[in-house]
Amino acid sequence: MFASKRLSKELQKLQGTLPPGISLISAENFEEWLMDIKVMDDNPLYRNEVYRLRFRFGSSYPIEAPEVTFVQDPSHPIPMHPHVYSNGIICLDLLDTSGWSPVQNVESVCVSLQSMLTGNSKNERPPGNDAFVRTNRQRPRDINFVFHDNKV
Amino acid sequence: MDSEDEVISVASSEEMMEDQDSDLSMGGDYSDVDLDVDDPDVGFETQDKDIKPKRRPYEVEFNIYGPADIQSHQDQQIDEVSAILGQPPEATAILLRHTRWNKERLIEIYMDKQDTLLEEAGLGKSLAKLPELKKVKGFVCEICCEDGPDLKTFSMKCGHRFCLDCYRQYLAQKIQEEGEAARIKCPGDGCNKIVDSKSLDLLVTEDLKDRYQVLLTRTYVDDKENLKWCPAPNCEYAVDCRVKQRDLNKTVPTVHCTCGHHFCFGCTLNDHQPAPCSLVKKWLKKCEDDSETANWISANTKECPKCHSTIEKNGGCNHMTCRKCKHEFCWMCMGVWSEHGTSWYNCNRFEEKSGSEARDAQAKSRQSLERYLHYYNRYANHEQSAKLDKDIYLKTEKKMTQLQSSSGMSWIEVQFLDAASQALQQCRQTLKWTYAFAYYLARNNLTEIFEDNQKDLELAVENLSEMFEKPTDQLSGLKVEMMDKTAYCTRRRIILLSDTAENLKNGGAHSLRLRPGSFD
Ligand SMILES: [Zn+2]
Ligand SMILES: [Zn+2]
Ligand SMILES: [Zn+2]
Ligand SMILES: [Zn+2]
Ligand SMILES: [Zn+2]
Ligand SMILES: [Zn+2]
Repeated sequence: MFASKRLSKELQKLQGTLPPGISLISAENFEEWLMDIKVMDDNPLYRNEVYRLRFRFGSSYPIEAPEVTFVQDPSHPIPMHPHVYSNGIICLDLLDTSGWSPVQNVESVCVSLQSMLTGNSKNERPPGNDAFVRTNRQRPRDINFVFHDNKV
Repeated sequence: MDSEDEVISVASSEEMMEDQDSDLSMGGDYSDVDLDVDDPDVGFETQDKDIKPKRRPYEVEFNIYGPADIQSHQDQQIDEVSAILGQPPEATAILLRHTRWNKERLIEIYMDKQDTLLEEAGLGKSLAKLPELKKVKGFVCEICCEDGPDLKTFSMKCGHRFCLDCYRQYLAQKIQEEGEAARIKCPGDGCNKIVDSKSLDLLVTEDLKDRYQVLLTRTYVDDKENLKWCPAPNCEYAVDCRVKQRDLNKTVPTVHCTCGHHFCFGCTLNDHQPAPCSLVKKWLKKCEDDSETANWISANTKECPKCHSTIEKNGGCNHMTCRKCKHEFCWMCMGVWSEHGTSWYNCNRFEEKSGSEARDAQAKSRQSLERYLHYYNRYANHEQSAKLDKDIYLKTEKKMTQLQSSSGMSWIEVQFLDAASQALQQCRQTLKWTYAFAYYLARNNLTEIFEDNQKDLELAVENLSEMFEKPTDQLSGLKVEMMDKTAYCTRRRIILLSDTAENLKNGGAHSLRLRPGSFD
């Protein structure tokens, strides 16, 4: 693995103090970590909910972006957002080759996603959600997203 | 956009409409064109052979360039601009890439604010000193978290400093995996500083230099609006075509690469004449979204409408004969085949139900689905038939060798099969897209002409396709007939494409109109 030193440093930091609403759930290895995020204001779309994120690190992380998706289980729904498909796949330029910087990290991605939710008032899925969820078999990193609009 | 009035283009001239079925010489405008069938036996006019064939209404002008041409074009421009600016060719190349090969703009900016430009392109005075690697006390690399006094580091003028390893990994990722070269940004978060060529020379490892040079050359084509790479896998040719993006509602610029691939210069998808790019995109999106509703149709087996025994389609031809009861029917509409090819033939046209039947919302939505399925069914069917035609041809090709020995025909003489197969492929490709196109057309008398052309081509194609299913030992006897049918198919295709292209181009009182909302 290219950056085990980098990941152990990140982990060390994640085990210490984190910004409010962000917590580390599991990090058994350097391949897959789980993080929880919560929206801190009372945006009615996300009130009283905790969302679970799965980070998967490729062998060239952090040169390459990690694969980040929301995961669903009985206590963690997929948040409603025009950039989040109902299968948990996130369409965000930050996580795409063009928008990713190797200086970003797990914590900064969590913070960005948290604020992406906080700032949203649209109770909707991306256009074409149903067809995408039904037909997509690709991993998020292989999908060529056209970013609907980067302001959301 | 309210497209009730949107005229994507227009009417064929009156005379063209009149002439179109008059005879097989293809009428007025096309009589002097040389068809792609060179055999003199085929029997239609090629008298003006000495005159360079006029471009047909649906053809666009284009040129194909190989890697050597592309390189020499670049060198030529570099020399030219280098002389004007008084900069050495190497620096001029960097400047040209920096301004995306826009010569005029480069010269203008150079005259206007030379220092800023040189700085931005990585050629400024501050860089007169070559970029260098440094060891920095107390440095921790933000990417890999390594530190230590011996760590080599690099930063551009923006000050984002990383260790050499990370910088190299980053560049390798961009060059190798993402195919970037001329505009790689600094790895720093949100930093838009482009990694200049001198820094790249210092940082890029030997094994990546070739790839980097190739990519650099490629940016020339990427940056020019009139140049595009042929999208065929591993093809190295680029196409030069002057059709502008804004004209794509009026013309469908199909180009033919030297490698044999036919594609649309507008959107680089496979040839989709006569449908304009925007409708193609819309149609493909629709098919993708509706795939489950529509999937059941393109199935390979259906029941005979008379005796209900299962029938499997194994050739491209849509004229089906049930093995059991000998009933002859059309695979597409399941109607009786004998009615096809007479004035009763109505297989390609979707009949809108009268207003009374479609009054309530449910009936309307059912009708709109039926309407879509009508076109989708035929679109998908031609796609599939083209594949089946090809399969049959491949089997036939093997038998061509047998045919040669059994009939004493020469290799050249059995080429009629090859010509027929290619014509079939091309015509089915066109037919396929006429159905996507027709889906978006509002009904008027020009749509009827369009549909008549479609019907004629379809019938010609089915007739030819049917011959492919004949046993090989009969083929040599069918040579003349098959060549006639091949020529006829090609001619029907030319007529359909020419008429439609004229209509798209001209605009005016008689026009093909799109249904409301088609160009939204
Ligand atoms: Zn580093
Ligand atoms: Zn920077
Ligand atoms: Zn090609
Ligand atoms: Zn196109
Ligand atoms: Zn039957
Ligand atoms: Zn039919």
